[in-house]
Amino acid sequence: MKKILFLFSFISLIAACSSSEDSNDSPTTSYDKTALLTNWADNIIIPSFENYQTKVNALSASIATFNGTPSEANLATLRTSWLEAYKAFQYVSMYTIGKAEEITFKESANTYPANATQIEANISSGNYNLSQNLQFDRQGFPGLDYLINGLATTDSGITAFYTTDALASNRKTYLTAVITRLKSQADAIVNDWRSTYRNTFISNNGNSVSSSLNKMTNNFVKNLEKDIRSGKLGIPAGLFSNGTKYPEKTEAYYKNDVSRELLTVAIKAEQDFFNGKHFNNSTTGESLKSYLDYLNAVRSGQKLSDIINNQFTATYTSINSLNTSLSQQITSDNAKVIATYNVLQQNVVYIKLDMMQALNISIDYVDGDGD
Amino acid sequence: MVLSLIRFASYGWIEKFYIAPQFHFTYYGFEWVKPFGIYTYLLFILCGLSALGIALGYKYKTSALLFFLSFTYIEFMDKTTYLNHYYFISIVSLILIFLPANASFSIDAYKNEEKAFQKIPSWTIDVLKLLLGIVYFYAGLAKINSDWLFKAMPLKIWLPNNSDLPIIGPFLNQNWVHYTFSWTGMIYDLSIPFLLLYKRTRIFAFVLVVVFHILTKILFPIGVFPYVMIISSLIFFDSNFHKKCLVFITDKLNVSKNIFENGKTKFQDFGKLSSLKMAFVFSFLAVQILFPFRYLGYNNELFWTEEGFRFSWRVMLMEKAGYTQFIVVDSKTKKQTHVNNSRFLTPFQEKQMAFQPDFILEYAHFLHDYYQRIGLSDPEVYVESYVALNGRLSKRYIDPKINLAKENESFRQKTWILPFNDEIKGF
Repeated sequence: MKKILFLFSFISLIAACSSSEDSNDSPTTSYDKTALLTNWADNIIIPSFENYQTKVNALSASIATFNGTPSEANLATLRTSWLEAYKAFQYVSMYTIGKAEEITFKESANTYPANATQIEANISSGNYNLSQNLQFDRQGFPGLDYLINGLATTDSGITAFYTTDALASNRKTYLTAVITRLKSQADAIVNDWRSTYRNTFISNNGNSVSSSLNKMTNNFVKNLEKDIRSGKLGIPAGLFSNGTKYPEKTEAYYKNDVSRELLTVAIKAEQDFFNGKHFNNSTTGESLKSYLDYLNAVRSGQKLSDIINNQFTATYTSINSLNTSLSQQITSDNAKVIATYNVLQQNVVYIKLDMMQALNISIDYVDGDGD
Repeated sequence: MVLSLIRFASYGWIEKFYIAPQFHFTYYGFEWVKPFGIYTYLLFILCGLSALGIALGYKYKTSALLFFLSFTYIEFMDKTTYLNHYYFISIVSLILIFLPANASFSIDAYKNEEKAFQKIPSWTIDVLKLLLGIVYFYAGLAKINSDWLFKAMPLKIWLPNNSDLPIIGPFLNQNWVHYTFSWTGMIYDLSIPFLLLYKRTRIFAFVLVVVFHILTKILFPIGVFPYVMIISSLIFFDSNFHKKCLVFITDKLNVSKNIFENGKTKFQDFGKLSSLKMAFVFSFLAVQILFPFRYLGYNNELFWTEEGFRFSWRVMLMEKAGYTQFIVVDSKTKKQTHVNNSRFLTPFQEKQMAFQPDFILEYAHFLHDYYQRIGLSDPEVYVESYVALNGRLSKRYIDPKINLAKENESFRQKTWILPFNDEIKGF
């Protein structure tokens, strides 16, 4: 019995010591995942989709005006609303969950490069169904990019395709078909979140692979690694093709001077989501950052959330050294693009490895890179 | 054990781990151990039947031998699924082949009274006690390291993830709880074999065993291991206790216990064959005692390079995860390809591969062979690899300039692992 007493006194001694030494203020409540999911849904995801819906509606109106009067002035307005909606898309691209996942929203809205040949084939035949998967690269924002920026080198040349060209009427119909699909998808997603999905999303507050936290966190990582790092930088810069560069695979290739801006917006959307920043105002709520901080995730003497935010800052700095047209930058000085890729890649490692390890969440998506 | 195998099968794990993957991570020197496609199921059935045979004492020697062979074969098919407790089961079953565990309350003894003995030499029980003692004691020794004791790592990472649990949950995010668990775990592992050995503390020790393992079962996803250990520790109880249990079972089965109560004692036979067996068992035990210290032969940080990590009772000791991107380069054209790991590996294999150097190397060789087959000339294999260990920020793990296809597996120190640049003091 002496032994046991000794053992117990030893244990309680250690307990007493370590509790007095480390009497920091770690909270005694468990992390409130419902609050986290509520912040995501009410202050970030739904407002972002509503904003996107508004911008798509404006784009739809611009297209209707342009189709009514295909003038150069109306073309300019159309381009402006296209860019606004495209930027709003960068803020919702990572939320492929629920309805958005079901209706292949991301693939329909932003598969690039656009397939110009097949778009022309669709226009001339007038026989197409944009909801088929093989039509992904013939619609969405890249498809519109081709239709309003890529048909000719001058604005008058482009408007001519909608006025005097033999297929002008078919082409206008195609513009309408593309925007109709964008709009119906945006409407479906917003309606679903507003009616039932919000509650489904928030009440799925467990730890399983199919829980909202798990799926959304995976979406966040996947969007950064696959859609931003590989899609917007790595693939066009030739990092996955033995250095063979593909400047024509940059986002918004035909517009040509907005690809850097779209990249910045997409990364900003990621960072805002990470920090739980409410859409369109500076308030922040429960987030991956606050969860990491709750778990006391400190690495090399620094909060992991700070390490990740610092790396985001470094990424913006690196992006700002690039040409506003990434395709031109790739052609003129690709080393700078690769340097930016590497800065971003470091954050992919921090997030996919260090953050996921701290949160004890497994990666559930498959690698899409490679041959 | 039968239950464990059924569990394994019912989860579809046979398919998932041994049949579905295109590629298996093998043990150095045991590369020939491979699954046999759909017939792997037969191996599992054999393993299950022989486990049943041991439990019932039916054709005991054959059952024990078959169980050892089939179980160990299963274990060696893919080291992705390596677990210390599988290894424990393997070595116990190896020893069981040499022990007269069918002497009483068994079908063998029931059918053939010559095989029935009420008493057996005490060394046969002591061997099992020693094996179990080694597991605990070495697991405790391994916990005497600076990360475990002074940083409460990796419990500091693991415990907060359970903060949803009722009652204890909220405490699991508290610093003092992490330290208490770490120190208690270390002291528990080191002292439990002795507490179990000593008659007066035995009951108390067993209560501790049950509490400890139930707790680990709740907190960590570690399968049947807690139950295996709880049942195994019953070996420390004296024969009266076991007899009562067995009599209870045989009564239920309407089998007279008198056959087994023959008062006969099995004496140690000192003939040539028996001496040889004894010599084998004891030298095996000596190896068991020394083998876990083989890491001393390597200069690198054990947790970082894992040279000498497995088969050493280093249980639940570290939180390690990795990120790997393999790049295959045609040595003539210099054309390079980024490898999509999920084409060749299951998610579980990829996860385990990402932080264990021998896995990375074996996979690199597999990639070399695969890309050579599809037409690349003498492919070079490089890896961009990062590893995060016990709450340290992730760092580059493998030298990205090293062509892994040119490096070979051996027991020699691996020079292509980048230095850890930190120190974890202790065992």
